[in-house]
Amino acid sequence: MARDVTSRRKLINTAAAWAVGLVIFFPILWTFLTSFKSEAQAIAAPPLFLNFDWTLENYGVVMERSNYARFLWNSILIAGGSTILGLLVAVPAAWSMAFVPSRRTKDILLWMLSTKMLPAVGVLYPIYLLFIQLGLLDSRAGLIIVMMLINLPIIVWMLYTYFREIPVDILEAARMDGASLKSEILYVLTPMAIPGIASTMLLNFILAWNEAFWTLNLTSVDAAPLTAFIASYSSPEGLFFAKLSAASTMAIAPILILGWFSQKQLVRGLTFGAVK
Amino acid sequence: MGRITLDKITKKFGDVEVIPPLDLTIEDGEFVVFVGPSGCGKSTLLRLIAGLEDVSGGEIRIDGSDATMVPPAKRGLAMVFQSYALYPHMSVRKNIAFPLRMAGMSPAEQDRRITAAADVLNLTDYLDRRPGQLSGGQRQRVAIGRAIVREPAAFLFDEPLSNLDAALRVGMRLEISELHKRLQTTMIYVTHDQVEAMTMADKIVVLRAGLIEQVGSPLELYRAPRNLFVAGFIGSPKMNLIDGAAADKHDCKTIGIRPEHISVSPESGDWKGTVGVSEHLGSDTFFHVTCEGIAAPLTVRVGGEVDVKYGDTIWLRPGPEQIHRFDQNGLRIA
Amino acid sequence: MATKASRSAARLMMAPAVILLLGWMLVPLTMTIWFSFRSYLPLRGGDLGAAGFDNYVRFISSSAFWPSIQTTLILVGSVLVITVVFGTLLALLLDQPMWGQGVVRILVIAPFFVMPTVSALVWKNMFMDPTNGLFAHLWRFFGAEPVSWLSDASLPSIVMIVSWQWLPFATLILLTAVQSLDGEQLEAAEMDGATKLKRFFFIILPHLSRAITIVILIQTIFLLSIFAEIFVTTGGAFGTRTLTYLIFQRVLESQNIGLGSAGGVYAIILANIVAIFLMRIVGKNLDN
Repeated sequence: MARDVTSRRKLINTAAAWAVGLVIFFPILWTFLTSFKSEAQAIAAPPLFLNFDWTLENYGVVMERSNYARFLWNSILIAGGSTILGLLVAVPAAWSMAFVPSRRTKDILLWMLSTKMLPAVGVLYPIYLLFIQLGLLDSRAGLIIVMMLINLPIIVWMLYTYFREIPVDILEAARMDGASLKSEILYVLTPMAIPGIASTMLLNFILAWNEAFWTLNLTSVDAAPLTAFIASYSSPEGLFFAKLSAASTMAIAPILILGWFSQKQLVRGLTFGAVK
Repeated sequence: MGRITLDKITKKFGDVEVIPPLDLTIEDGEFVVFVGPSGCGKSTLLRLIAGLEDVSGGEIRIDGSDATMVPPAKRGLAMVFQSYALYPHMSVRKNIAFPLRMAGMSPAEQDRRITAAADVLNLTDYLDRRPGQLSGGQRQRVAIGRAIVREPAAFLFDEPLSNLDAALRVGMRLEISELHKRLQTTMIYVTHDQVEAMTMADKIVVLRAGLIEQVGSPLELYRAPRNLFVAGFIGSPKMNLIDGAAADKHDCKTIGIRPEHISVSPESGDWKGTVGVSEHLGSDTFFHVTCEGIAAPLTVRVGGEVDVKYGDTIWLRPGPEQIHRFDQNGLRIA
Repeated sequence: MATKASRSAARLMMAPAVILLLGWMLVPLTMTIWFSFRSYLPLRGGDLGAAGFDNYVRFISSSAFWPSIQTTLILVGSVLVITVVFGTLLALLLDQPMWGQGVVRILVIAPFFVMPTVSALVWKNMFMDPTNGLFAHLWRFFGAEPVSWLSDASLPSIVMIVSWQWLPFATLILLTAVQSLDGEQLEAAEMDGATKLKRFFFIILPHLSRAITIVILIQTIFLLSIFAEIFVTTGGAFGTRTLTYLIFQRVLESQNIGLGSAGGVYAIILANIVAIFLMRIVGKNLDN
């Protein structure tokens, strides 16, 4: 039973929660605001909060100067490509583990999880070397493969937990109704699992978009995504607050929006179903 | 056609033998009910016939041809699940059409069959709804509709009524019986409810721990249960089973007498007892009587309304022709 | 539901995922272990022969090793304490009835979606810059001397940046756990005369313990391999060189592959110690 709370109590809660929420959100808000300032106003003392001359100039400069579109396109291709590729591999695997479990299913799942825990730096050079040998260094294809592999365990796990919620009866009914394995997965399982698959895709896209070890170490120019583009602003000559803010806003805005949609499913995906 | 023969089939899960070698023939057009307590293997047996589980040994023949290794989709059987197993993302029409679509049937023929099935099952007005918008009874009908459009060799029912409330259950029971009379197709029906078995079956198969205890028509089982298990399982309320002196008189280990075969008198009878709780249903009265020399209280059924109170002393007399005798192995003595 | 046919189909469908991950794990791992026993210096002619355990000994005995371990432990430990403590408090606060709960939730979660390079840069320049950063303005406003955060208080600064990124994760998971607590249990405790504080320690905290454990384990695994935040802010200078960063420098900056690989093996062992505990918990959860 939810208990009735006095409005005063509720008011205090609201004030406290909003205050904390705004403090946590402030760096993002500040970046967003600064992106509309001129460079001079961005470093004005005392800092200007809302009372400045709003301008879109920084966005124009960033787009023009740094070929922003190419980095964006790389980010989309790498995050999107690795997500789709990952799903193609993971859906059948998660299907088998959820619906035809064997004595080894649990071990396989845990083993897959353990590959996710392999510290990237431990295998940095071998991957680097292999990429040079295979001509994959600074290529989008190479990064798509790496992103797919590092996120595959999470995709399999998430799908597995979603599939397990689908009653086996329904798949058996399809089989009794004369459906082949292909039709069973295509017409019955997949449509029922669409919400789960969608949130898996979303989380995976976010993780791939933000990944900043392999993208920084395996790209230089051609395949560099937004993570690398932003990192290029760390050099001292790039120190223009307003432009940095505009570039940052563009890099995080799409994912922030996607992320807000997926917050409910996030917990399950990130804890491998251990917290529901 | 739908004659199904099980020839020495067995099923093991790991090292556990769920079904020891078992033979059974189900004739074409028969309504066969597998009944037994939970865990007796009746659902497993049905799933073996369906092909949803592989047999560990033996052979399954459908209309004479070996179907042991045929996948479920190719056996020509239709199944109605306990949970109905409707496809939640499809309309009722699409649910019913699914098996036809899988068989690659022309849309015109699909439509004809769906219309016919919907008509029989009173689903015409619901064809465009989703399963989630239907009541339990309606979902049950959709599941049956999905089964009948295929015109299968046999229908398999896995406890189809157990998720319905009592009133609906009686109605659906009649509808399924009606359907069987009309279609004349083999039906195999699994239930733990002996009332369903008695009311619907042409032939009942009583199972315990994977073993067939008895096969026969409902009345054969009622009149001549082959052993104590069947005697106790078939009939409601349960048959009274009495050991000791009362049984010795009939030269056996145990005698059984059904509650409806005991007559009651205030003055005289074979057994003297004290009335315990009585249940007045209007049409019948059940009372529980503790008798001298008999360990467990006996259940007695008397037609109509009877005026007995808690603590009254009465006399009971079992109908002499209706006493069942069992030996020390629990087997019926003819 | 399992017939021989479906079981062999299942094995076939699992194969691509298993083979890919097996390759992804075994090939580079084998190479790392191989390199760690070689003297391998690409800039000085490549593979210069077997090195036995030299690389392992040298990695540990180098003057940079123990400081890097210390830095790693301080970084991981501080971030864990901050995120778990504040995450729990925040989760309890967000669970209270209030107006605009959904919006606050969104505000709190947002930092998790900010890519690491962006958050590191934004903090470094716009907040921690000693002349133009917001903190500098704030310090001056109170008449204090602005701090050069990333050189004078470098490690605490990075702890702060990373905590800001991971607080949402802890809060979100703990909030989910708090919400799954049976309200009647709390009311029963209240009837039994437990005060608010006692209810927190005897009912809420034990209920959260599993979620907290999971948060700690998962975060540890991610925090052990923190990279971009250091790469963008200090580049490993001013006592912020973690084990991960040290290995990165050995491998890609000084191109001493053998030495770096030995370090990599240490990092793998370290991560695996944590991973074992996490897998136990997750594995137990799979059974029910």
